[in-house]
Amino acid sequence: MSGIVGLDRTIVEGGDILSALNFDIEKCLSCETQACFTQCQYLEIDKASAKEEILKIARGYDSFVLHECVTCYACEEYCPMGNHPFYLIVERQEALNIPPVPRPLIQRAVNLGVPFRGDPEIAEVHGPVLNMAAFSDLMGLIQGRLFKGLAVISKDDRKMFHYFCQLMYLHYARSSVIKERLPGIINTINKHKPTEVICFHDECYGTYTSYCPAVGIDVPFRPVHFFEFLHRQLTELKEAIRPVNLKVAYQRPCSSRLSPDKHHFVRDIFDLIGARYVEREYTDENALCCAGAIQGQRREGSRKRAIEIQRKNVEDMKKAGAEVCIFNCPACLQTLGPLVSAEGIKPMYMSDICRLAIGEKPAGWR
Amino acid sequence: MIFAGSPLVRSLRDGGDCVDSIYQELAKLVGKEYVSNQPEELYIYSFDLGTAESCRPQYVVSPRTTEHIQDILFLANREKIPVVPLGGGLSLAGLAVPLKGGILLDLKRMDSIIDVNEKARYAVVECGVSQGQLTSYLEKYYPRLTHSEPGAPPAATIAGNVMIHGQGDLAQPYGFNSDLVNGLEVVLPTGEVCHFGSIAIGAGWFTNHPLPEVGIFLGWCGTTGIITKLSIRLFPAKRIRGVGTFVLENEDFVPEVVYKLTHTQMAEDIVAFSSAIPPFASDLQQITVNIAADSERELEFKQEILWDDTLGEYIHRGEGAYLGFVRDLKRPQISKTSDYKKGGGFEYVGSIMPIERYPECYRKGREISERHGIPYTVTGRCVGAGHSMMFAWTYAFNRADPETIIQARRALHETDDLVLQLGGVIWKPGTYGQKLILERLDPGTRELMGKIKKLIDPNGIMNPGNWEVA
Repeated sequence: MSGIVGLDRTIVEGGDILSALNFDIEKCLSCETQACFTQCQYLEIDKASAKEEILKIARGYDSFVLHECVTCYACEEYCPMGNHPFYLIVERQEALNIPPVPRPLIQRAVNLGVPFRGDPEIAEVHGPVLNMAAFSDLMGLIQGRLFKGLAVISKDDRKMFHYFCQLMYLHYARSSVIKERLPGIINTINKHKPTEVICFHDECYGTYTSYCPAVGIDVPFRPVHFFEFLHRQLTELKEAIRPVNLKVAYQRPCSSRLSPDKHHFVRDIFDLIGARYVEREYTDENALCCAGAIQGQRREGSRKRAIEIQRKNVEDMKKAGAEVCIFNCPACLQTLGPLVSAEGIKPMYMSDICRLAIGEKPAGWR
Repeated sequence: MIFAGSPLVRSLRDGGDCVDSIYQELAKLVGKEYVSNQPEELYIYSFDLGTAESCRPQYVVSPRTTEHIQDILFLANREKIPVVPLGGGLSLAGLAVPLKGGILLDLKRMDSIIDVNEKARYAVVECGVSQGQLTSYLEKYYPRLTHSEPGAPPAATIAGNVMIHGQGDLAQPYGFNSDLVNGLEVVLPTGEVCHFGSIAIGAGWFTNHPLPEVGIFLGWCGTTGIITKLSIRLFPAKRIRGVGTFVLENEDFVPEVVYKLTHTQMAEDIVAFSSAIPPFASDLQQITVNIAADSERELEFKQEILWDDTLGEYIHRGEGAYLGFVRDLKRPQISKTSDYKKGGGFEYVGSIMPIERYPECYRKGREISERHGIPYTVTGRCVGAGHSMMFAWTYAFNRADPETIIQARRALHETDDLVLQLGGVIWKPGTYGQKLILERLDPGTRELMGKIKKLIDPNGIMNPGNWEVA
């Protein structure tokens, strides 16, 4: 990578974004790993170049990373300094008008989150609530003893965009949309007076525990990760658990990179229910994304690249002997579900395998 | 139309005795349980799901056989009673609303799939067989065959659809569904039965050609006779079928994109649409492309040609976006817009239009919708290899709110005018659109149509009020 004139720590341009983002350039300067980019599964970059590129981005300059980022979120997890490299990339992509996807896709996505079926009915709960967010059509999953007595919000798919965390727009270089809409979403959730909000999707949890603090948005409720909740419920129902004796792979969604401290619950749950978490190359920190966000990107060859990533991922599951592929993200399931299924691996939601372990029969399970 | 001396009119005038005589005759022909003159049953046959004014029939009859229909038409012709054939009742344009009363023939009982010839790829069906019925029958017994299923709800009938020159999800490679007819059995208004195509010489139902063409039933909307059986072409059903979506921000690009897609000959259905609701579809042109393949290799080959080679330039310039490919066709795909406005009503003006007119169709359609306060919904389905498109402007209304129905009707009439201004032809027009077309119709053609109509329906009993050329 070639250097650029004036690239040193005395010149800090784009400081407005840095201060609004809670991104500290000093942390990058003192970082000895540059893991944000060197560990990235989709960039070819050495350590020295990685440092140069992240500093360019921090200072407001163009970088090839802004053009080649597949928006997998993983650098948020890889960063050993607790900085926010991915949020920074997205801010810069927007500021420098380097969107990773074509304009119509951005417009379509931005329009998608617009509520159009009236206001939600607000019921005060004064207790824990499960927030289905923009996945109200998956209410069928919320059944049985694991969810008994739990209040659920965003149950009506006509009103679900009032609860949509908006973080999806990180894939579209539209931090501005997230920041504009998110306070209203938080306000709507808070009107239910929850004591804690169990987030059905990783993305919501990541929004409230990672993104909001990073950009200075207050979250007045306590978010709970869905897997932590499931683990808690399973522990209470321990007597009812019968080992499922299935060899399972887990498709880690991009947004789980925002809460790596909760990822251990995947293994904890599998241990609890007697599922064997198969040994794979592309797992945990080294997981491959579902590639749903990659296939539509502007960069030449993106569709084929997505197919190649998916092929590698599914082959890895197959090679490891997985009988079931566990999902938490509906978008991952939509993208990868048919592909794993074609290879004889059953796609299944995490909540469903938990229900199976306590003797319940999830819909569609044979 | 002369009904003054008919027993029906006399019966109405004289207190209903003769109504009973017609009823008795009909009951004798088809069985008492399949004929009704009761108001509650007549009521449900007095309207369709669109905005047309309701008109009540005097009798509803549900025949089971061609012979039943012959007998009914002998009777109706003798007594000069109007007869309106009804399939699924889903034209939405009021084409099966009995505008001049009479006998409403509900054909749904004639629902036998008579034959499927797998090797020659055709099905022979009775006139009451629905699209959904044939789809599920083929999926179950002939998974390697499919037919061109229109966007209408599955209750729409095969016969009704060809009678209005419908198009289905194989329209792009194969054309209008009426182009896919291999033969017909028809009962004339005077009760005689005729056959067309190879079946006319007893050679089976495999082709509509090469005998002299007698094209007087397709597109006539039941005004020249009743199709009782038909043979329809079937096509290979590939193991993998799904939908890929491409999105454009500029409607001006749609004609060239469709041109490029059709050039590949890799797609089944190609549909462009845009709608105010749901918001994701607003201001953008979404193009869905149905792709079928027998293997992953074939699928990827087609996808590479369609998205990468053909449309890649739009993606790299940021003007067009590939949204992904979803496996499994959820058929029918189009008729999902009826609940976009509270109240569940919708009607559309369909047109057959050159594809190059897409941008104007979209822009002017939006203007009409916005003028009438209706969220806009427009759809263009490619017919043939880009030879034309069926472009539809949909207007939703609240069935419980008469004002919104009137508003939608005004918008529909304006759109009928627009179709002709833009150089298109109104597809399955209601009476208003028919009037506009007849005003413009070549006088020689109109005269010929009148002669034909008078010749085969001398008493004007078939679906009167529609296509009145005689």
